[in-house]
Amino acid sequence: MSDEIRAILKNGLWTQNPGIVQLLGLCPLLAISNNVVNALSLGLATTLVMAVASSSVSVFRNLIPSAIRIPVFILIIAVLVTVVELLIHAHMLALYVVLGVFIPLITTNCIVLARVEAFASKRNTLHSTLDAVAMGIGLTLVLVALGAMREIAGSGTLFAGFDLAFGPAAKALTLTLIPDYPGFLLAILPPGAFIGLGLLIAARNWIDARRAVRTERDGKAARPASAVQPAA
Amino acid sequence: MKTTLRTSLATALTLLAFAVIGATLLSGTHELTRERIAASERAAQLKLLAQTLPPGSFDNDLVQSARILPADPRLGLRQGSQAWIASRHGRPVAVVLEVAAPDGYAGEIRMLVGIGSDGSVSGVRVTGHRETPGLGDYIERGKSDWIEQFNGKTLASPPAKAWKVKKDGGAFDAVAGATLTPRAVIKAVRRTLEYFAAERDNLLDIPPAQTEVPPPPLQPSP
Repeated sequence: MSDEIRAILKNGLWTQNPGIVQLLGLCPLLAISNNVVNALSLGLATTLVMAVASSSVSVFRNLIPSAIRIPVFILIIAVLVTVVELLIHAHMLALYVVLGVFIPLITTNCIVLARVEAFASKRNTLHSTLDAVAMGIGLTLVLVALGAMREIAGSGTLFAGFDLAFGPAAKALTLTLIPDYPGFLLAILPPGAFIGLGLLIAARNWIDARRAVRTERDGKAARPASAVQPAA
Repeated sequence: MKTTLRTSLATALTLLAFAVIGATLLSGTHELTRERIAASERAAQLKLLAQTLPPGSFDNDLVQSARILPADPRLGLRQGSQAWIASRHGRPVAVVLEVAAPDGYAGEIRMLVGIGSDGSVSGVRVTGHRETPGLGDYIERGKSDWIEQFNGKTLASPPAKAWKVKKDGGAFDAVAGATLTPRAVIKAVRRTLEYFAAERDNLLDIPPAQTEVPPPPLQPSP
């Protein structure tokens, strides 16, 4: 794996994570993360749209005059989202009903346009696609983490309703972690989304801060023998 | 001047080209998924309708039997609601009515109420509501079997004054802390039964003569 590709992946998943660093696309993030199945489905749909949007923009990047690039980007994104919406409507009706308006709203999710404008319109197709996938997976991970937190805290289950997205066989996946759980409404309502997201951002910053401290300490200790490679 | 014109024209044509490609893709996908969408919508509707009727109690195509009823305050819908007539061997056995409880905790609760020709509830399903998730949403069949307790209920049993939650001295269970929601549902089901009692013959397409005057016994022919 080249350094370039590694940097792109790390950027999307951690350094510039759209969900907890760039804080782009908060509307669906907060609204649809009340359980894991909704979060995962919307995350994957967004990732798919981002990957196809970024790769097609990257392919056509030299054909698109810069004066009209934004309308063209939005046109491409809107077409892709509508195609995805029609496919979900045709093949996963139950999920379509649950996600509702949030599928068409992927069009207006700023993270999609942001990656197309900031990355795909300037870079080659492989890197653009990878960047979009990394960003999409980064967003999906945050969505799923938030969905899992809210589902456990709010209703004491995990993976409830997976059969909506992945067929009746997935019903067996539902875990009741806390039997007879009375439910904690705050976690399911919108404030729970804000609090959960705040906790996730804090956790990420804490990990980064600790890592920075450790690097600094190691750096000081290792300076005299900087030629020595640290053991992996 | 000429270059400006040429650039503008090229830009406009590019945008047009992308719009045409986009429209082609969209209409293609629409064509490819249209039948599948209609089929799954229909299957989902049938599945929901069938849940409000005893399994195997009818043999007609419910979707085909749909008809629009005139708006009626007892049904709670501002527009005319739909009704589906279930029949077996050509005789109507039950009707499924689309109704709404206007007084839920967070607005309207939309339901399907199945009523047998004998006037008893054969099943109720909630199709749309905005009740509090995790609190008032136990009226959904997917969340709990609360809604099943309407099965077999009639206008007379339980008696009119017992069409309430237990907390109010009635016959129906409710989850503590969320009684506004079941109150609205219970009232709506009761009103639907009253509507059915008044409109039964109309709904089930039974000619008045047939129910009021039993056909005279056939005289044995000489």
